Amino acid sequence: MTQGFEVYSNGEEQTMSTLLEVKNLATQFHTEGGVVKAVDGVSYHIDEQEIIGLVGESGCGKSVSQLSVMQLISSPGKIVGGEIIFEDQNLLKYEANGAKMRSIRGAKIAMIFQEPMTSLNPVLTIGRQLTETLELHLGMNGETARTRAIELLSLVGIPSGENRINNYPHQFSGGMRQRVMIAMAISCNPRILIADEPTTALDVTTQAQLLELMKAMVERFHASLIIVTHNLGVVARYAQRIYIMYAGRIVEAGTTKDIFANPRHPYTIGLLKCIPRLDEEKGRKLVPIEGLPPNLINMKATCAFAPRCSTGSKRCSTDPWPPLTHIGNQHYVGCFLNDEEKKSELSA
Amino acid sequence: MSEKQTTLLGASEAPPPVSEWRRFRRVFFQRKIVMFGLIVLSLLVFTAIFAPWLAPHDPYRGKMADSLSQPSMKYLMGTDIQGRDTLSRLIYGSRTALMVGFLVVGIAAIVGSALGLVAGYFGGIPNMIIMRAMDALMGFPMLLLALLLAAVLGGGIQNVIIALAFATLPGYARVMHGLTLSVKENDYIMAEKAMGSSNARTMLKHILPNALPPMIVLITVWLGLTILAEANLSFLGIGIKPPGAAWGSMVNDGYQYLLMNPILSFAPGLTIMVVAFAFIMVGDGLRDALDPRLRGLL
Repeated sequence: MTQGFEVYSNGEEQTMSTLLEVKNLATQFHTEGGVVKAVDGVSYHIDEQEIIGLVGESGCGKSVSQLSVMQLISSPGKIVGGEIIFEDQNLLKYEANGAKMRSIRGAKIAMIFQEPMTSLNPVLTIGRQLTETLELHLGMNGETARTRAIELLSLVGIPSGENRINNYPHQFSGGMRQRVMIAMAISCNPRILIADEPTTALDVTTQAQLLELMKAMVERFHASLIIVTHNLGVVARYAQRIYIMYAGRIVEAGTTKDIFANPRHPYTIGLLKCIPRLDEEKGRKLVPIEGLPPNLINMKATCAFAPRCSTGSKRCSTDPWPPLTHIGNQHYVGCFLNDEEKKSELSA
Repeated sequence: MSEKQTTLLGASEAPPPVSEWRRFRRVFFQRKIVMFGLIVLSLLVFTAIFAPWLAPHDPYRGKMADSLSQPSMKYLMGTDIQGRDTLSRLIYGSRTALMVGFLVVGIAAIVGSALGLVAGYFGGIPNMIIMRAMDALMGFPMLLLALLLAAVLGGGIQNVIIALAFATLPGYARVMHGLTLSVKENDYIMAEKAMGSSNARTMLKHILPNALPPMIVLITVWLGLTILAEANLSFLGIGIKPPGAAWGSMVNDGYQYLLMNPILSFAPGLTIMVVAFAFIMVGDGLRDALDPRLRGLL
C-alpha cells in the first residue's frame, strides 16, 4: 500500500527554510459600491514542513489571500500589489492562467476547499477526478494512474478503494468526500497544502479525524500546511504559528504558544475570550466581541478594529493603521497599545 | 499512522450500487406517450435505412397512365399528378427529413453550444460579442430567417441545412450560455482550477458534462421542430429540388388536388405531425428521466 510513497527519514537537524513568502499582498474587488480591499498589505511566510494557521472572522480576507496565492481571483477581483515568492520565483510574475501557473497549481501548491459536498464534480466518478490530476501533472495514464488512485484512497482512510473508485461523489458522505479531496490534493506530492476552512462544514468527530489525517499526510509527504479557519481551537493543536487577520490585514502573528499565552492585540484577546478553555477558572463567562466586522468597501485608513475595541486610544481614530511591530520571538502585533500599562489593563 | 487509521475508522463498505440507468429506464418507459414516440422514431429510422427495400415503386419516376389514381391494391396511397406512388415517396421522404433534421441539429447544436460555452465561461468582451450576435439572429423569426437565407443561397438541400442551422443557432447558444453561467459558479470548478486544469480542459471535461442533460433534451425536441421547419420550407418551394421526395413539398403538390385526392396531402401532412410530435414527446420523456430536480418525484 505504501508502494510509490517513499518515506525517507530526515533528521530533526534539517534546517527549515522559507518555502513560501507573501509580501504586502493586496487584492481588491472593484464593485459598483466602491473598492473592496479584501486583502490589504498582507505579509506572511511558511517554512518547509511547517503548519501555520490563518485565523479570522468571515469576510476578513483569509480565503481571498489564499486564492490570491493560487491566482484564482476572478473578475471583478484583482491582485493589485505585492509579491508571492515560492521556491525563489515570484508567482505574480506568471500569467494567472498560463502554463507555468497551472503547473504549480495542484502540483506544487494544492488546495482543499470548505464545502466537500460541492467540491467534487457530480457527473464524474471520483476515480476519474483523481486520475485526472495524476495525468495532468505526473503524466501517468490508464492502469498506473488507477492503481495510484486506489493507493491514495486507502492512504486517506477510504477502504476498498478498488470498488469506491467507480463511485460518484453523491455516494459518499461529507467526511468521505473531504477525504477524497485530501487524496486529490496530495496526489501530486505538493510542497504546500492550503486547507481553506477544511472542517467547517463537517461534524465535530469528523473534523478531528480529518485534521489528524491532514497532519499525517503533510508529515508523510514532507509538505507544509496552511490551515485557514475562523476557529482558533482548530489551529491550537496543529499549527506551529498563527496569523490573526482582521479586515484584510494581519493584526497579530506569533507562535501558537505566544498567541494563546500572551495575546497582545485586542482582537486576538477578544477572540480568545469568546472560546471556552479547559484550563480556565470555573464560572468564567464567555465574552463576545461587540459589534460586527466592518464593511470592507471604501475603508478608512485608520484601524478597522477601533470601533469594536474596548481599549482604544485617541490615536486609533486619527493615525493610520499601525504597522506590525516586533515585540518578541516571532511575535508581531499591529496595535498602538504597546505600553505596559495598557497591557496589564487588557489582561485583567 | 494511516494504516492504523484505515482499520480504526470503521468506515462503511461501498454502498450497494444504485443504478442510475435503472432509474432512467423506469422513468423513461413509464409514460405510454413516450413509448409511442419511441416506437414512431424507431419505425422512422428503420424506414429511412431500408427505404429501397420497403418502397413498392420507384419514388421518382411514375407511370403517367396511373396519374392521380385513387388508393388501390397497386398504389396503397394513390399516385400524384405524375403517376408516382405516394407511399414510396413518403418512405423516401423519411430520408430527407431525418438527414436534414440530424445534420441541422448536429451542426447548430455543436456550433451553438461551443459559442455559448465560450461566451459564458469567459464573460466580458467575448460574451458581449457572441451573445449580442445571437440576440440579433434571434430578432428574426426562425422561419423568416431561414427563408431569407435559403432565398439568397438558392434552393437545394445543402442550402436548406445551412439556413436552418443558422436560424436555430441562437437557441442552443443561449441555453448553453445560461447553463455555463450557472455551472461555472460551482465549487468544483474552482477546485478543478486549483488542481491546475486549463481553461479548455475545465470547459470540456467539467462544465460540458454537467450541462449535457438539458442539452440532450433540447436537441431531441429541436429535432422534431427542425423536421417541421424543413417541411415548412419544402412546402414553400424552397428546399429539396424535384424530383427529390420531401414531405413538405408533397403536401404542396397534393394541395392542388385536395378535393379530388385528399390523401396526397394528408398522408405526408399527418406523417410530419406524428414525427414532430414523437420527437417532442421523447424529448419530454428524456427531460423527466434526466432532470435531477425531478428525482424522487418520478
